[in-house]
Amino acid sequence: MTNLFNYLPRNSPVHRLAGATKLSALLLLSFAGMTTFDTRLLAALAILSFAMFGVSKIRLRDVSAMLWFTFVFMVLNNLLIFVFEPEHGVSIYGARHEICRLVGDIYLTQEQLFYQLNVVLKYLAMIPLVILFVSTTDPSEFAASLNRIGVSYKVAYSVSLALRYIPDIQREYHDISLALQARGVEMTKKERFFKRLKNAATIIFPLIMTSMTRIETIANAMELRSFGKLKKRSWYAANPFKAADIAVIAASALVLLLSALLTLVNHGRYYNPFV
Amino acid sequence: MPQDAIIEFKNFGFQYDAQAEPTLYDINLSVRPGEKLLIAGPSGSGKSTLAHCINGLIPFSLRGEMTGELLLGGRPTSELSLFEISKTVGTVLQDSDAQFIGLTVAEDIAFALENDCVPKDEMVKRVAAVADEVSVTSVLHHAPHELSGGQKQRVSLAGVMVDEVSVLLFDEPLANLDPATGKQAIELIDEIHKKTNAAVIIIEHRIEDVLHRDVDRVVLVYDGRIVADLSPAELLCSGLLTRNGLREPLYITALKYAGVELSPEMRPQHIETVELNEAARRKVRDWFLRTPPAPERERGEEFFSAENVSFSYPNGKEALSGVSLALSRGEVMCIVGQNGAGKSTFSKLVCGFEKLDRGSMALLGQDLAELTVKERAEHIGYVMQNPNQMISKSMIAEEVGLALTLDGLPEAEVKERVESALKVCGLYPFRNWPVSALSYGQKKRVTVASILAMQPEIIILDEPTAGQDFKHYTEIMEFLMELNRSGVTIVMITHDMHLMLEYSPRAVVFADGKIVCDESPARVLSDPAIIKTASLKETSLFTLAVRCGLEEPAAFVQRFIDCDREARGR
Repeated sequence: MTNLFNYLPRNSPVHRLAGATKLSALLLLSFAGMTTFDTRLLAALAILSFAMFGVSKIRLRDVSAMLWFTFVFMVLNNLLIFVFEPEHGVSIYGARHEICRLVGDIYLTQEQLFYQLNVVLKYLAMIPLVILFVSTTDPSEFAASLNRIGVSYKVAYSVSLALRYIPDIQREYHDISLALQARGVEMTKKERFFKRLKNAATIIFPLIMTSMTRIETIANAMELRSFGKLKKRSWYAANPFKAADIAVIAASALVLLLSALLTLVNHGRYYNPFV
Repeated sequence: MPQDAIIEFKNFGFQYDAQAEPTLYDINLSVRPGEKLLIAGPSGSGKSTLAHCINGLIPFSLRGEMTGELLLGGRPTSELSLFEISKTVGTVLQDSDAQFIGLTVAEDIAFALENDCVPKDEMVKRVAAVADEVSVTSVLHHAPHELSGGQKQRVSLAGVMVDEVSVLLFDEPLANLDPATGKQAIELIDEIHKKTNAAVIIIEHRIEDVLHRDVDRVVLVYDGRIVADLSPAELLCSGLLTRNGLREPLYITALKYAGVELSPEMRPQHIETVELNEAARRKVRDWFLRTPPAPERERGEEFFSAENVSFSYPNGKEALSGVSLALSRGEVMCIVGQNGAGKSTFSKLVCGFEKLDRGSMALLGQDLAELTVKERAEHIGYVMQNPNQMISKSMIAEEVGLALTLDGLPEAEVKERVESALKVCGLYPFRNWPVSALSYGQKKRVTVASILAMQPEIIILDEPTAGQDFKHYTEIMEFLMELNRSGVTIVMITHDMHLMLEYSPRAVVFADGKIVCDESPARVLSDPAIIKTASLKETSLFTLAVRCGLEEPAAFVQRFIDCDREARGR
């Protein structure tokens, strides 16, 4: 857990893209994928997402934990949709083709299945992109890319600082918890859950105290080295845009445009094969 | 030529907004370009405030009222901005761990350049050049926590040098470094001073360690005033250090005890250069012969033992291999060695924070493996270096009684044990105070009291005196010795060679996960081979004894320490 960002350094075309490119592409494609329910576009995006894994030399098993997590979430999400709104597909597509009766007056319809296929495709299109972004972007470059896409550098830098301090604070939490355990504050599974939670709260006090001192020191150190002097700053970890970067951003923008066009052509967000 | 001064204080004074009294009075001080200066003073003397005035944190970050004048390069600092000041004055802060900003070494060095919007190509070039200058090129892409203490300091230095400043300000550069690394740090500062020709200002209270390399002047600050501004040689002969709560170099004290008259012409600023004629050497030898050795302390029964203990971290790195150690009741022991040598790992194993891979540990014949962390804590208390990490209640009495209350002891007994622990620690008058009202040293006492309340037989302290000046150091240590006399066994993990020499009859030296020496500190610090493997630093007393032709330098060191402690105890 020490590495939240789980950056996996490899030598691949995706890794070589500038962080800002990957972030822009992620945002553009997510927006395209989130707004549309056009099955053809979603399927194409899903195929593209998984193809990118191949290109980036990140193997699926490197990120299996995250994939499993999303898979379980996806199945759960679909079950809930079906339980609460089994007729949602029918109301969207304005047609009703029953396949069979399940229980009582709940029917399985082609429309509902098709709608939920779209939901699954959305997951398959979006989640791999996020995982890919996280595992191919050097955390150092992340702040630089945020700044590049227009986030104020002070905000962007605080993200970077948080990344820098997470391991320190984890170590400190560990030390404090040991010292408290030695004084009888039980935090292992021997204690009841509620009590354990309350005991964990006693760590917070020293953790805040030491973090406050830390923040003061770091704020002084940053000011003494001219942080906040100019309206702009440059980034050591930033990578300059190359032809590939511009191509990727342009392509992503086109996908977004395509998604918007499809909305016009389909007279709505849904692609409807039933009517 | 005061008009050439790069920094000039004229009748300067400063009072923090939150305080009733000024922190600095009547400061008159000028620093010329390329000069090397040591500003020394005990805690609370105002030396850090003086440093903050120089680097611009005062008045830009820390508010207060300034009187008189402070000129930087001929211009009053009040007319400059913090950013303009930082282009002239580069500051290396005390805690190099906390001031590390970048995710990697290279980014950290580049930080000031980034803020100046320097284009990336130029940045890469300048970072490479300055990294080369302080020899950290090989670790440019490492994360801060992967570096050693010495490397971290080099990186901090590189981070301010990248701006080509004309004043380098070091705020307590020796804090948190092991002795050998501290020595290298002073050598590095000296080297950079010669290379860059920037003026160097070092804020420290450890005079002897800083004087390892030449400085031009020493400015002594006490109670907010400059009490001396002299060459090191003059200062050492003046006796002003001791009178102002600082410790003079040990060999100087030893020469004084022997009755040797010191004068600046003898070049007393380094033990290697001080001129000792035959008469002086004879005086030292005579002093040694006429001073009786302190009586040997009796050893109590052996009650703790570790046999052949080995431990590896989950990443496979072996931290301890085959460590065996026995402790007697009522003993005082120091554990020393480089960072990463296994000192902390060993104490974590003793407290049960980690589980050993091989070997065994026993207390009074009972195998420690059978006890939980809590049960062990009733016998073995552990005091962390930073008291803020240990204190989790806001009121003192509550904090000290935390473990007892959790244990479900009757209220009356908790109260009684808390009060007696507070009395021992000299905190009884403060028992109803909030913890936040205490000073750092007092907080440290609170943490010791909270451990004492559990009535352990052994107390392990991690760097008990880190960051304390001579006065507080003496206070804390005398207090621990008092505890020891009441029967508590004391184990201290430390980088402080003085502490080990003065207060511990036994030193256990760790290197690379093994115990390489278990001896009296005076002997340890007289053994060049051990000093080298464990990153320790020889004591100037040893060098003095050798220079005076004494055959048993270790015995001389011991005799001096006993005699000096007695003299200070009076």
